[in-house]
Amino acid sequence: MSTLSATTPSVITDDELRSSSIRSARSLALRGLRNIRRLPSAFLPALFMPVFTTIAFSGTFSAITNLPGFPTDRSVNWYMPLGICFGSAFSGVGLGFSTIRDIETGFYDRLRMSPTPRTSLILGPLFTAWLRALMICVFVITIGFILGVRFTAGVIGIVTLVAASLGIATMCLGWGLGIAFRFRDMRGAAVMQLTMFMGLYLSSAQVPLPLIIGWLHAVARINPVTNILRLARQGLVSKSSSDYLSWGNTWGGLVAIFGMSILALFFAKRGLGKLDK
Amino acid sequence: MTTAVAVRQTIALTKRSTLAIARQPALLAPSLVFPLFFAALSASSFSKTTRLPGFPKVDSFLQFSLASTVIQGVLFGSVSGAAALATDIEIGFFDRLLASPTSRTGILIGNLMGSALFGAAQSAVFIGALLPFGVRVEAGIPGILIMIVAGGLIALGIASLMSSVAIRTGSAESVQGTFPLLFVLLFFSSAFFPRETMHGIYKRIADLNPISYLVEGLRSLVLDGFSMSAISRSIIVPIGICVVGIAFALSELRRKIRAQ
Repeated sequence: MSTLSATTPSVITDDELRSSSIRSARSLALRGLRNIRRLPSAFLPALFMPVFTTIAFSGTFSAITNLPGFPTDRSVNWYMPLGICFGSAFSGVGLGFSTIRDIETGFYDRLRMSPTPRTSLILGPLFTAWLRALMICVFVITIGFILGVRFTAGVIGIVTLVAASLGIATMCLGWGLGIAFRFRDMRGAAVMQLTMFMGLYLSSAQVPLPLIIGWLHAVARINPVTNILRLARQGLVSKSSSDYLSWGNTWGGLVAIFGMSILALFFAKRGLGKLDK
Repeated sequence: MTTAVAVRQTIALTKRSTLAIARQPALLAPSLVFPLFFAALSASSFSKTTRLPGFPKVDSFLQFSLASTVIQGVLFGSVSGAAALATDIEIGFFDRLLASPTSRTGILIGNLMGSALFGAAQSAVFIGALLPFGVRVEAGIPGILIMIVAGGLIALGIASLMSSVAIRTGSAESVQGTFPLLFVLLFFSSAFFPRETMHGIYKRIADLNPISYLVEGLRSLVLDGFSMSAISRSIIVPIGICVVGIAFALSELRRKIRAQ
């Protein structure tokens, strides 16, 4: 019996495959984090851009809090979540840029030839995107406190903001990887950035939905990013505002994150499949 | 070298730099499309802010945005012109020009004029694109012409400042690296919102920021009409930037020649 088992080719069980995927994904995630030290210019914009957005928008447009119906009296409360969402989006598409670089340098071919489960090639960057998004949240929220941000809903406000940030990072990572696998060169980087900017700006990014008029109102109303921004901001607006923390302001954002993330990750997986052909 | 020869050489290099810009639609498109996109976006987002205390009297937010759209496009477009000069340095074409019996000032001005002409063309495109949406320029056709000339001058001034970076570093990447600085300068000015509505440190920064005065000069032509104050701010401030920028670029060029 023992002789038979020794000569029979070993079969990889589901558990082994799963643990191998997680191990590979963890290694790729750690490589993504090491790249911050090796190539800081690729990550630092994602870290400082949200701070710039928060400071510049809340300073320039500080007077808009005087508009009737504006949900907070502090412009920094309104624009900090936007800055964090921008930074998280950059974290996601930034890993798309790294993937393009890996494809161009041939590193990705070596990864594909190795006995690495395909799912780990998506899960690894996903873990990195989450870690980078968390770093952005910690950094920007700290700066936000210095600038006078007040979480009206307390710790739950921070939780919903972080959830939105992780959601945006997941969506943008899936989108970035999908584009990277299809374009395979730096032309894809422009497509990633352009679509990301459009997706974020064509929403309630700058002012609340009821204050937007015309064509943008129609677009922002159906843009899922509006729901995600509502989720991100609900712990920072005035308690008397209809946008304040509630299940009604939460579920739409969660559904948008879940749906868009599934679509984006599926787009990435299909792109990876095309890369293999 | 006679002045006529120097002028002919400058014109030839102007044609070359203009064609170099025109032949790269992928570089041109963002500096034409993005400012118009942001103008459309802001018009919908901030339309209700025109009723805020301190906001100047306007027909619409789009009318208020016209000047900032011009400045935004021209600033970003002029970086591409300076980057083209840096590319010439990288590929060695600039050294060949320096080795030829060509006027040094002509080399620089010829390269910068492409950006200036593109800046003027951008201004015309932005004004032409927004007029059908109900934007009125109170200063009329003379005002529009001054805005187009100002667009060219601003592009020349910014491109000359960026050219000093190009000549010093010889790297297109370094020139593109100055883009965030322009972005920051633009945001911390009165380009997107009036200074009268700002408070505290932001207002003080906008008060010190030269971009505020560039935008407000053009905005004055759009909102208030034809006045000596508006003309001087629209033309004299960009001329001042051109003088300083070209002086910087020439000094960098002299330093580069001495080093060779």
